[in-house]
Amino acid sequence: MWNFPLFPQQASTSARSTDALFFFLLGVMLFFAVLIFVLVFIFAIKYRRRDTSYVPPVIVQLVSLEAAWIAIPFGLVIVIFAWGTLLYFEHRSPPPGAIEMYVVGKQWMWKTQHPEGQREINTLHVPVGRPVKLIMTSEDVIHSFFVPAFRVKQDVLPGRYTSLWFQATAAGEYHLFCSQYCGTDHAQMIGTVVAMEDADYQRWLGGGAAEGTMASAGERLFNRLGCATCHLESGQGRGPALGGIYGRGIGLANGRVATADEDYLRESILNPGAKIVGGYPNVMPTYQGQVTEEQLMQLMAYIKSVKP
Amino acid sequence: MSSKTVEPVSETPVNYLNASFGLRSWLLTIDHKRIALLYLVTITLFFFVGGVFALLIRLELLTPRGDLFTAETYNKLFTMHGLIMIFFFLIPAVPAVLGNFLVPLMIGARDLAFPRINLLSYYIYAVGGTFTMYSVVAGGVDTGWTFYTPYSSTYSNTHVTAMVIGIFITGFSSILTGLNFIVTIHKMRAPGLTWFRLPLFLWSIYATSIIMILGTPSVAMALALVAMERLLHIGIFDPRLGGDPLLFQHLFWFYSHPAVYIMILPGMGIVSEIVPCFSRKRIFGYSFVAFSSLAIAVLGFLVWGHHMFVAGQSIYAGIIFSALSFLVAIPSAVKVFNWTATLYKGSVSFATPMLYALGFIGLFTIGGLTGLVLATLGLDIHVHDTYFVIAHFHYIMVGGMVMAYLGGIHFWWPKITGRLYPDSWGRLAAAIIFIGFNLTFFPQFIVGYLGMPRRYHVYPPEFQVLNVFSTAGASILGVGYLLPLLYLFWSLKYGAKSPANPWDATGLEWMAPSPPPTQNFPVTPLVAWEAYEYEKREVPVA
Ligand code: HEC
Ligand SMILES: [Cu+2]
Ligand SMILES: [Cu+2]
Repeated sequence: MWNFPLFPQQASTSARSTDALFFFLLGVMLFFAVLIFVLVFIFAIKYRRRDTSYVPPVIVQLVSLEAAWIAIPFGLVIVIFAWGTLLYFEHRSPPPGAIEMYVVGKQWMWKTQHPEGQREINTLHVPVGRPVKLIMTSEDVIHSFFVPAFRVKQDVLPGRYTSLWFQATAAGEYHLFCSQYCGTDHAQMIGTVVAMEDADYQRWLGGGAAEGTMASAGERLFNRLGCATCHLESGQGRGPALGGIYGRGIGLANGRVATADEDYLRESILNPGAKIVGGYPNVMPTYQGQVTEEQLMQLMAYIKSVKP
Repeated sequence: MSSKTVEPVSETPVNYLNASFGLRSWLLTIDHKRIALLYLVTITLFFFVGGVFALLIRLELLTPRGDLFTAETYNKLFTMHGLIMIFFFLIPAVPAVLGNFLVPLMIGARDLAFPRINLLSYYIYAVGGTFTMYSVVAGGVDTGWTFYTPYSSTYSNTHVTAMVIGIFITGFSSILTGLNFIVTIHKMRAPGLTWFRLPLFLWSIYATSIIMILGTPSVAMALALVAMERLLHIGIFDPRLGGDPLLFQHLFWFYSHPAVYIMILPGMGIVSEIVPCFSRKRIFGYSFVAFSSLAIAVLGFLVWGHHMFVAGQSIYAGIIFSALSFLVAIPSAVKVFNWTATLYKGSVSFATPMLYALGFIGLFTIGGLTGLVLATLGLDIHVHDTYFVIAHFHYIMVGGMVMAYLGGIHFWWPKITGRLYPDSWGRLAAAIIFIGFNLTFFPQFIVGYLGMPRRYHVYPPEFQVLNVFSTAGASILGVGYLLPLLYLFWSLKYGAKSPANPWDATGLEWMAPSPPPTQNFPVTPLVAWEAYEYEKREVPVA
């Protein structure tokens, strides 16, 4: 019973960089805590009331001392702030070429999809040594995707996408927690992230039921839902050609430019009237309620895969 | 300073407690001191209700399985623990009890500027509390005290609306109290009592009042919108109805972060009174301590987004909120340094209030420093919504605020009741609370960094040992809190009569008899001295 952990496993690249900053901060915290404790202790003991006739000297203030204990902490927090912000940027910028996996949270389970088409519930298999980016949304309330061993966490919101990325450094099974309170079984909205050596991961991918990739599932949907009737690859249809638009700037009818990121694509499908592409009529029907979150993600994977 | 001659022991002079009798004379009183006592009784009640919820939570967490309560019940327990402790104990405790009692006394006034509004504040608080208790008794609420949408506005099928109405109503009590204090401190100071002669307790009450007035409307509106979305399905927060769930978090934290300072600033004010008194020395850096209160009140309004670093707000918003959060740490640090320096070359005694004040300094230091981890963007990603956060804010709220509140209660108890309590019991309780507190909450830092999320009633078994420590500490803490209840009650009847100034402290409140007469001062005092002129006090007799 007594061999319980005091420190979490380090299983991702960001775990190392996070802990480095944490230990620095731990040093700072210890320094100040010990400083205050020791001073309070020494003063309280040394100057304890022994002689009731003793009248302490009047020390009103010492501006230089005040300045020092404003300036020194100030300098220190600037360092911590800068370091923390750099780390945050690292967390928020997935390296190019990261494998994109999709996550849907719902009360109270995690549904995941691999680009190769595998789907899992409350589990996510990832390869070691390769960056993985998760694109996430929720079907109902706010959840939060938290893998302590990777030191990553991101709230998962209904109605929009959020993302996070990590690169596992050690094979193993790690806790996946929902860390944003989401109702009755919040504490059961847990799962496992299984990090595997790349070769094992490829083997695992090969073993799954072959429904085809996410993009091909998306393409089937694209045809079934009639998107293809308007969005011809040639660009001659009633809607614009979708090849290569992902990540590009789109000129809108109101003169603004929108970046075609995941949220834009989502809005274009669910609420097409919100942003009209310049030069096109507002004729696209809404697909609100006709596609599930997972199907939306497949459509997105397809649109991303189409070459211009 | 003229001191009154010793009161005749044989008969009790007329004071605010024996001036009139009967329930009516209490329930319809407009005497700020009696209103303070009405609050004291009500708030103590809420504190122990919230405390029982806390103990039940800790009991469930003794084992990794959910053996004591169902998930639903557990969720309601932590929600109601948070709501009651925050809105009905921590926020009103010091301002409504000690502030009400002391503000007029400390400035040499007869009462607050608006005595009737003061009574109204109490009843608004009581009505709000009734709604809340109704929603508790009717079955409770399971949204967490943060009411995050769209869970609270669409998905929860508990008594959210009643609870929200209760808190909405209580908010007006807060606003009116703040208004009353601000006007009183501006307008009713005794002649000669300039701003820079005010006791620091008043500076912090003043800063607190500003936050109460400016912040409370925001949370009230946020909660009203939650109720409206529940009842009328207007799309404010739920994306299915076209709303934005993050909007709620902005509105909520715009108040609820500054609310942290509503809770802690008055506590800092208390410590600033106690430390000089029991060091027999002026406070070090008076103006720095005073202005740091205002700095905290102002900066406190600009940091709410640090609760949303992983919520999906923009990176750049996160950076600004992080920078400002670091800034707000500085005035708190300044206070800690100044209290420490006040001890230097003092004549330090360790009566009960001082033990609480020293405990406050230690625990607040830990709470404040660990706040740096949360303000750091890259680190907050890992510790956000884990027990690390729980430990951090309990160090501030319970280790800081409750310690200071108890210190203040023990400091002014002789003034409030005219009775002395047994100091040895007081010190014992302070020590038990300090030990119990650390045992409860220190392990939570560790289990938090390990990754245990908050609001989990079942958890992986490797977290158990640390949770057992926590639960053990909580039971010690519970005993520690019960003790003062017992001996303070005891002192009401059996405690020795207190002289006007048992601690030989500076400050106008100590010039009035204990307990003070209804009108506080027979003649308005004339203030011709600085705050904390302990060097001029006659030497205390052992
Ligand atoms: C009735 C014809 C029609 C159908 C069917 C249709 N669209 Fe569209 N779509 C349009 C038009 C016209 C536009 C451009 C005007 C606008 O932005 O609404 C458009 C715009 C878009 C855009 C934004 C393109 C850009 O360049 O910014 C996306 C993405 C999109 N559609 C996806 C889909 C998907 C996926 C489906 C099927 C689920 C679909 N559309 C079905 C007509 C259609
Ligand atoms: Cu959850
Ligand atoms: Cu905050």
